[in-house]
Amino acid sequence: MNRFLLPLIAVVLMIPILILGLRSDPSKLPSPYIGKPAPEFELPGLKDPSITVSTASLEGRMTLVNIWATWCTGCRVEHAFLMQLAEQGTIPIYGINWRDNREHALRWLAELGDPYVASGFDADARVGIDWGAYGAPETFLVSPHGIVLYRFAGPLNQAIWEREFLPRIAEVAVQ
Amino acid sequence: MIPEIGHFALILALSLAICQSVLPLIGAYRNDVAMMAVARTAAVGQFIFVAVSFACLTWAFLSDDFSVLYVANHSQLALPTGYKVSAVWSAHEGSLLLWILLLAAWTVAVVRYSSALPKIFAARVVGVLGLLSVGFLLFTLLTSNPFERLVPAAMDGGDLNPLLQDPGLAIHPPLLYVGYVGFSVAFAFAIAAMLSGDLDQKWAKWTRPWTIVAWLFLTLGIALGSWWAYYELGWGGWWFWDPVENASFMPWLIGTALIHSLAVTERRGLFKSWTLLLAISAFSLSLLGTFLVRSGIIISVHAFATDPARGFFILVFLAVVIIGALALYAWRAPALDSDVGFGLLSRETFLLLNNVLLVIAATLVLLGTMAPLIVEMLDGSKISIGPPWFQVAFLVPMVPLIFLLGLGMHTAWRSQQPGPWLKLFRIPVIIAVVVGIILPLLFYGRVSLMLIVGCVAAVWIVASALIQPLRSWRRSGGSAGITRSALGMSVAHIGVGFFVIGVTVVSAFGIESDRAMRVGESLEVGGFHFEMREIRDVQGPNYSAIEGVIEIRQDGKYLATVRPQKRRYLVQQEWMTEAGIYASWNKDLFVALGDQLGDGAWSVRIQYKPMIRFIWLGAFIMALGGLISVSDRRYRQ
Repeated sequence: MNRFLLPLIAVVLMIPILILGLRSDPSKLPSPYIGKPAPEFELPGLKDPSITVSTASLEGRMTLVNIWATWCTGCRVEHAFLMQLAEQGTIPIYGINWRDNREHALRWLAELGDPYVASGFDADARVGIDWGAYGAPETFLVSPHGIVLYRFAGPLNQAIWEREFLPRIAEVAVQ
Repeated sequence: MIPEIGHFALILALSLAICQSVLPLIGAYRNDVAMMAVARTAAVGQFIFVAVSFACLTWAFLSDDFSVLYVANHSQLALPTGYKVSAVWSAHEGSLLLWILLLAAWTVAVVRYSSALPKIFAARVVGVLGLLSVGFLLFTLLTSNPFERLVPAAMDGGDLNPLLQDPGLAIHPPLLYVGYVGFSVAFAFAIAAMLSGDLDQKWAKWTRPWTIVAWLFLTLGIALGSWWAYYELGWGGWWFWDPVENASFMPWLIGTALIHSLAVTERRGLFKSWTLLLAISAFSLSLLGTFLVRSGIIISVHAFATDPARGFFILVFLAVVIIGALALYAWRAPALDSDVGFGLLSRETFLLLNNVLLVIAATLVLLGTMAPLIVEMLDGSKISIGPPWFQVAFLVPMVPLIFLLGLGMHTAWRSQQPGPWLKLFRIPVIIAVVVGIILPLLFYGRVSLMLIVGCVAAVWIVASALIQPLRSWRRSGGSAGITRSALGMSVAHIGVGFFVIGVTVVSAFGIESDRAMRVGESLEVGGFHFEMREIRDVQGPNYSAIEGVIEIRQDGKYLATVRPQKRRYLVQQEWMTEAGIYASWNKDLFVALGDQLGDGAWSVRIQYKPMIRFIWLGAFIMALGGLISVSDRRYRQ
């Protein structure tokens, strides 16, 4: 065999490894809060600032906490799926409207629909940082006792929902 | 409006880059002079438009245009002006634009200094560089547009990552990128030579100065990054074998091997196919480094972007470039076998060993960096390979390399008579053994095996590197007797010696001590007394800080006062450690403020780092050697 082909072969063999790394990593950023109580927060409501959205709102049932913003294109991508989830009524979704403009966020909900039970308005990004968010969108699954069970970074879709979220929800339901 | 101009200029630059790559390559193939002539004009035009685009982004930062998403995410009104400029390349989109700007600048430099090259060859080089520009411009425009608008505009920005608000890190990426991108020139020369199938020794002579310049910037860039990590990350280490550091270190190791093998190819016409492979590898590793850092495939302190679409694009680009180059290599290299021989004791042998050892070192670093990915593929578990593995593995090729280096410098080409050769080393060997053992005993009062090996090696390199300059100085009474090229080599090798001394002494005698301290209390570390005089609040432009005032005394005499800070950046609400460092030529005293322990006590990390400056000084001297070497007259013909 031509020994000058060896470097080429070595590189071709390396490519699957890189593809694997690319596929697996970004969504799997571990959250320091998994298995721990969700960080305390208390935010004014987006639609009605006199109502607060806080850790207490999450208690008593399984909830999703979704960090979103109007400037985030990934949020627009996942919005349709969130609407679908909300219509199915599987699980209440709470929003944290992150680093955003109130007027704009309200228009977004009016135009695209509002999947959230309530959204907290986190203009100075304090809560987003407490939750360890890397960027928007991010979605946290919180147990009835306020424990963070799972965290997903990036736009949510049906496949991820079935693979990552449903089994975890089922597990808690059994207990 | 200005951001749109920047965006549009980038699109024009892409169009010109396409002209710059396609037309000259076809022209060279058909021997069409007019088509080849496009190369120069298109390259200059591309550079101008990229520069305009870069200026527009800089302007957006300086004018706090928070309607640009990238600016809104990485700047802030209160950010000091200097950091507004460096914020341009603080994250993915902007650093990509910087990469493109530097690639265009290197291309213009090649155009400017390539008048001596045959027309066809020059056209091919510029064409290949143009292809790389096309790839990066497409990447930016399709996946990472830095001019994307934010509607409505933000009132204020999200601020620059506080870790990056530091003068060292402001200039570290540009230096590193000049180095990375510079290897693209060696790569383009190699591809051009393989396309023509005509690989004479001139190719090596043309490639050498470009490679040395790229290498010297990479050296400076890595050293600066290491220095930044030392004082900004607050841990006091100078190298962490972090994947991102490794990504810059692998091209450096291969680039170093390339410089040495180019010498053989230029002087003796040997190792041709090997040199080509190194030229391809050095640039491929630079690209791989970009891929690793930018795709988010490896999470580390340095990695900013995590977007699979970007990673996928880089991967495809990487595959096209590397596989294309290696396929061309597999086709052309077999014709390059040389029948010139060389004696067992000859400079060729030593340079061959140099190459083998450097490539082994780079392979070990590559394996250590990729192993976690490979393990994950095999059984799905996540592992990490820590510094201890690298430290041991890396010494295996490096220790012999350091000792052989001193011998190789004084060995003749073709074949060396052993008699006079051995006689030459008598004095350096004696100096190395005596000084290398006595000095640490005298200054630090203790020796160990690794310490002796390190010190002897370092003194040995410096002593043997001085032989040639000293001789020619004695012979002619001036510097005339030695070529710049040879002088540069000696200087660079002296730099290696300094570096080795620094690493050896700091790892043998460095002290790290984590203690609790109250105001008025005093601690003793490494013979120095540290007294906490005061803890106070300090206001910066965009941060507030807690500052410790610590006085250092030696034998009762006042030495210095250091002021370590813990800064809280107001926008990102992140704590940053700013170490207080007292530096002198032979030691650093490093104090970092930790957490408040309650009861008025603070945890402090105090470190005594003897000779640590020699690590960066050594790197700087190596780069200086490179600079002297490229100023040699024969490269200016």
